[in-house]
Amino acid sequence: MISALAELLANGRRVEAQHPWPRVIVTPEAWRSAAEGLADGRLTLLGLWSDSAAVHMALLNEEPFEVGVVSVEAVDGDYPSVSAVHAPAIRLERTIHDLYGLRPVGLGDKRPWLDHGRWGVKHPLGAQEAAPPLVASYPFLPAHGESLHQVAVGPVHAGIIEPGHFRFTANGEAVVRLEHRLGYTHKGIESLMIGADLDRASRLAGRTSGDSTVAYALAFAHAVEAALGIRIPPRAAWLRALMAELERLANHLGDFGAVCNDASFSMIHAKCGALREQVLRAAAASFGHRLMMDSVVPGGVSADIIPTGAMEVTKLLVEIARQLPKLVDLYDNTASLQDRTTTTGILKPALARQYGAGGYVGRASGRSFDARKAFAYAPYDELEFDVPVLDDGDVNARVWIRVREIEQSAALIEQILNRLPAGAVRFVPEARRSDIAEGLAFVEGFRGDILAWVRIDRAGRIALCHLRDPSWFQWPLLEAAIEGNIIADFPICNKSFNCSYSGHDR
Amino acid sequence: MRRLLFEGLIERPLTEEPPSPGPLPLQELASNLDRAARRCLGRSLSIREVDAGSCNGCELEIHALNNIFYDLERYGLRFVASPRHADVLLVTGPVTKNMREALERTYNATPDPKWVVAVGDCAVDGGLFAGSYAVTGGVSAVVPVDLHIRGCPPTPLQLLEGLLALLVSQETDCRALAERRCVSRPAGIAASRR
Repeated sequence: MISALAELLANGRRVEAQHPWPRVIVTPEAWRSAAEGLADGRLTLLGLWSDSAAVHMALLNEEPFEVGVVSVEAVDGDYPSVSAVHAPAIRLERTIHDLYGLRPVGLGDKRPWLDHGRWGVKHPLGAQEAAPPLVASYPFLPAHGESLHQVAVGPVHAGIIEPGHFRFTANGEAVVRLEHRLGYTHKGIESLMIGADLDRASRLAGRTSGDSTVAYALAFAHAVEAALGIRIPPRAAWLRALMAELERLANHLGDFGAVCNDASFSMIHAKCGALREQVLRAAAASFGHRLMMDSVVPGGVSADIIPTGAMEVTKLLVEIARQLPKLVDLYDNTASLQDRTTTTGILKPALARQYGAGGYVGRASGRSFDARKAFAYAPYDELEFDVPVLDDGDVNARVWIRVREIEQSAALIEQILNRLPAGAVRFVPEARRSDIAEGLAFVEGFRGDILAWVRIDRAGRIALCHLRDPSWFQWPLLEAAIEGNIIADFPICNKSFNCSYSGHDR
Repeated sequence: MRRLLFEGLIERPLTEEPPSPGPLPLQELASNLDRAARRCLGRSLSIREVDAGSCNGCELEIHALNNIFYDLERYGLRFVASPRHADVLLVTGPVTKNMREALERTYNATPDPKWVVAVGDCAVDGGLFAGSYAVTGGVSAVVPVDLHIRGCPPTPLQLLEGLLALLVSQETDCRALAERRCVSRPAGIAASRR
């Protein structure tokens, strides 16, 4: 039987510039049928973005495994709304309207999303109309019932956290509805990318979400390399994986401690904080920067590993092997801590599947998708590792996924260090082309799969670059997971999701 | 848990020796702080961190200041949950237009005397994000800044150097502080100290 995606791809007009997965231009009818495929669960939405003339949608067909992009050309600025039948696309379509002015016909929610009316320009990447006078109020979605009250939190939060607004509607202590308002950290990265050379664009990509700087730079590099048809030296691919796993280790260790800290259990927080610091020091010893910013570049890595760095990483693995089991044991056997995490903030597997949630959010709710396995990009095709999956969907499950992934990442790092091939670490790409080139890539960051799509012009500059954070499909699920929980449990639920504000807002 | 606690008693602490206040931030401080109203805060300094649109890289390193290697509180510096409790605003990011009002409000909610420390390269002038329609172009474009700590992101050690410099300069000028104790600064963000 031919899959829903294969049928779409076969009936569209193929765009030859796009690599490695096909992109086709389809009719509005075919676009609607793709939306139906999403709505009935045959397809999963991987990304939805646009340029000033067309809207693009990356789709996943899980069985058999297929990926492709369909595009529909806007007619007088209109295109058929996907979110009219598939809710996960709502905020993406609101964003496309904010930035490009393309109107999703059929979407009921007309509110802006990233545009707070403060940019001085409307549709900055589209027709660029002058902005209307500022409207201060933003209508949150209503909740009906007796004795409801609202709690407004943010954008400036109490901790050292990124800015965003949470509007709770509560009945007593129980949360009836939570709605986010994001966009506070919108920096216009997509507009800054336009016309940038590969170096600058790579640095911008690496600052989309600082905690995932390696993953973003990697996704961007993969997309560029796909577009230009570059093969990078094997050693570079292995060093990239080493960095990516160090980044995953650092973030998961930080989150494991932080979730416990939100249950006022500070000992695990302190110990995990120390381990995280040791990861960052090993990273600095190996690659010269604690977060390894700008280390991954199109064509390879910016510099080889510092020879003494590998020793530091080995020492780190010994320290993690010594400390982590004790902390995990403590977590598992402290009833007062378990009481806070178990059955708190449950995300139902059906929702995780519908939203195509990646990372620990998806994997704690039964969705096993991991870009390292699904796309098997080098060197993960040669490495042995498991993708842990649980079904409970609560804070506890998200903690356990992280714990298991820390173990897996440590094992991966050991394999990488043992088998690191010799040779060059960078192939400097010749970006100038006879024609426009497009590339698409998926990379597994610590939070989940990051999508990067680039269009490179003949001069070798970025014509357009779209970066989709895993948080796009996780933030809305936090709203669902908190429902019926008490407000006091929001911080621990929020931390267990740890969505990126900057990665989402860009 | 008992075993971990016992180990804590016999193991060497991981906490680092304190760094000396860096020469560059100190110089910048001297020029900004030696003038105008300056009052004694006492030794204890409370910091309110404000992310004004950073990529969250700076937040990671500011967070690290609280880990047991750096242990910020031993210097009498601590992070507080409200600007109303703060002496120092530690501001990161290029200040996005969507965060501008929130930053102004946070600044106005912070009681005098107060200092603003801008953290990270993009907090200086927008950095890599300068020129975007969505960015104001640095913290000083919105509120007066007393000290810049550069870096992308600055390491915890660089952050510590900068913050210690703030403390030291505050202590070395006690007489002037006492004299000007009651001089109040005009309210509102329009009031520049320069």
